[in-house]
Amino acid sequence: MPKPSTAIGFDEVTLGYGRRPAVHHLDGDIPAGSLMAVVGPNGAGKSTLLKGIIGTLKPLEGHIRLNGPSSEIAYLPQAAEIDRSFPLSVYDLVAMGLWSRSGLFGGIAAKDRTKVEEALAAVGLIGFERRPISTLSGGQMQRALFARLLLQDAPVILLDEPFTAIDAKTTADLLDLVRRWHDESRTVVAVLHDLDMVRRVFPETLLIAREPVAWGETLDVLSAENLLKARRMVEAHDPHAHVCQRGAA
Amino acid sequence: MRMSASAALHKGSSVLDLLYTPFSEFEFIQRALVGVIAIALGGGPIGVFLMLRRMSLTGDAMAHAILPGAAIGYLLAGLSLPAMTIGGLAAGVVVAMAAGLVSRFTSLKEDASLAAFYLLSLALGVTIVSLRGSNVDLLHVLFGTVLALDDNTLLLLASISTLTVLALAVLYRPLVLECVDPIFLRSVSRAGTPTHLIFLGLVVMNLVGGFHALGTLLAVGMMMLPATAARFWTSDITMMMIVSILIGIVSGIAGLLLSFHAELPAGPAIILSAGVVYVASLLIGREGGVLWLAWPGRHLEA
Repeated sequence: MPKPSTAIGFDEVTLGYGRRPAVHHLDGDIPAGSLMAVVGPNGAGKSTLLKGIIGTLKPLEGHIRLNGPSSEIAYLPQAAEIDRSFPLSVYDLVAMGLWSRSGLFGGIAAKDRTKVEEALAAVGLIGFERRPISTLSGGQMQRALFARLLLQDAPVILLDEPFTAIDAKTTADLLDLVRRWHDESRTVVAVLHDLDMVRRVFPETLLIAREPVAWGETLDVLSAENLLKARRMVEAHDPHAHVCQRGAA
Repeated sequence: MRMSASAALHKGSSVLDLLYTPFSEFEFIQRALVGVIAIALGGGPIGVFLMLRRMSLTGDAMAHAILPGAAIGYLLAGLSLPAMTIGGLAAGVVVAMAAGLVSRFTSLKEDASLAAFYLLSLALGVTIVSLRGSNVDLLHVLFGTVLALDDNTLLLLASISTLTVLALAVLYRPLVLECVDPIFLRSVSRAGTPTHLIFLGLVVMNLVGGFHALGTLLAVGMMMLPATAARFWTSDITMMMIVSILIGIVSGIAGLLLSFHAELPAGPAIILSAGVVYVASLLIGREGGVLWLAWPGRHLEA
């Protein structure tokens, strides 16, 4: 049996802002087709890790390997990072998902319009096309952003806290899309806080607390012992840290 | 000359004559009209994007930033179109790039670095003009000479607005995307930083164009007032740009008429007209105007 190919690989990666690391010495591979959760306390470096993968943050040390160009990754940022007051219709927001394929200057053909309609239907937003995004509820906005992810049609999908402040029905609908992506052999990596959901839906988990605590099968990773350890590691943040010697020799 | 012309016109003429005759009879008014239409065509859409990108005050700061460059051009060659244009462009581009790069690569935000740059520029510019010129020249630089636009200046204004409209058409998607969701743009394309820099370049170009007609202090008025007024009439970006152009043109015509009949300086009259449109839009505009907010009417069923 051939070894499954790697979607994202980490070689002793340290990510951070200035000299202070937010993710410390991460090493390992995410196989293509994985459905993986990234969990950890606030400030553990989960979002930083995703920013490292899409390349908006360069590693301080180490190397991130991608199986293809970074445009092959669809990324859902945290809701707070989008300017909701901007005068833009739901249709235009969703259609942006095409741009990663058509380029920023390519035209939108008739078949692309069908695709936009299909994506809107898949997230239950038919009839919302002309609504300005400023009038959407949090859940509707998240549905629209998932429709945009659908259109990006990327082999790797990164989700940063996709279900925070989202109601149960919307979460269930969007989780169905996540399962569908998994069935289509896409690689899905999601930053999550709801550990019950992680145990239910995500076979693999990376638990981080500024450095990897455990990585592997979800039920093993999310043991009481590991979770306690993660919490202690984040609280142990030292304002007078010394220069890290690991990997320097 | 202006006084006798308007006095002659006022004798026994209809309202239509008052509105039409200045433009049909006087070449300097015709030239001014062409100039303000060109400025409105480029400045309106640029203003809309400045507003949507929350850079309204950036435009103001950059207008001041071009002053020392134009002043050095003036010092070397007098009131010469090419010298002052090149000087203004160079100074504007340097300040815009410096402020943009400072905000991208340090923790200082763009507004803070621009505030520092523009105060220095204004002081420097006024000092340089005073070194050589008279107060008349200083007024020319600060408030422009919309009633004395020659062929070359008109060509310059027309070229700038043409280039602006074409460039905005090409850059439309990355510009919009960089406003709404810059992280998404960075994840799908590397066009973000070049788009931002080209946009700043367009802002500088339009300010330098506006500078010849309206001076450094008022040039930004033909960008921001029509754009902010347009925001009260529509929430669609394309319509906003069209409305801002129309408001710019109407303000230009109204300002020129006001200047002609009431013997007011033309540049301030144009900006005041735009200001009147802005205040009216603020009050009665369909998209969030004050009167509609105060009396929204009965709420709907669902």
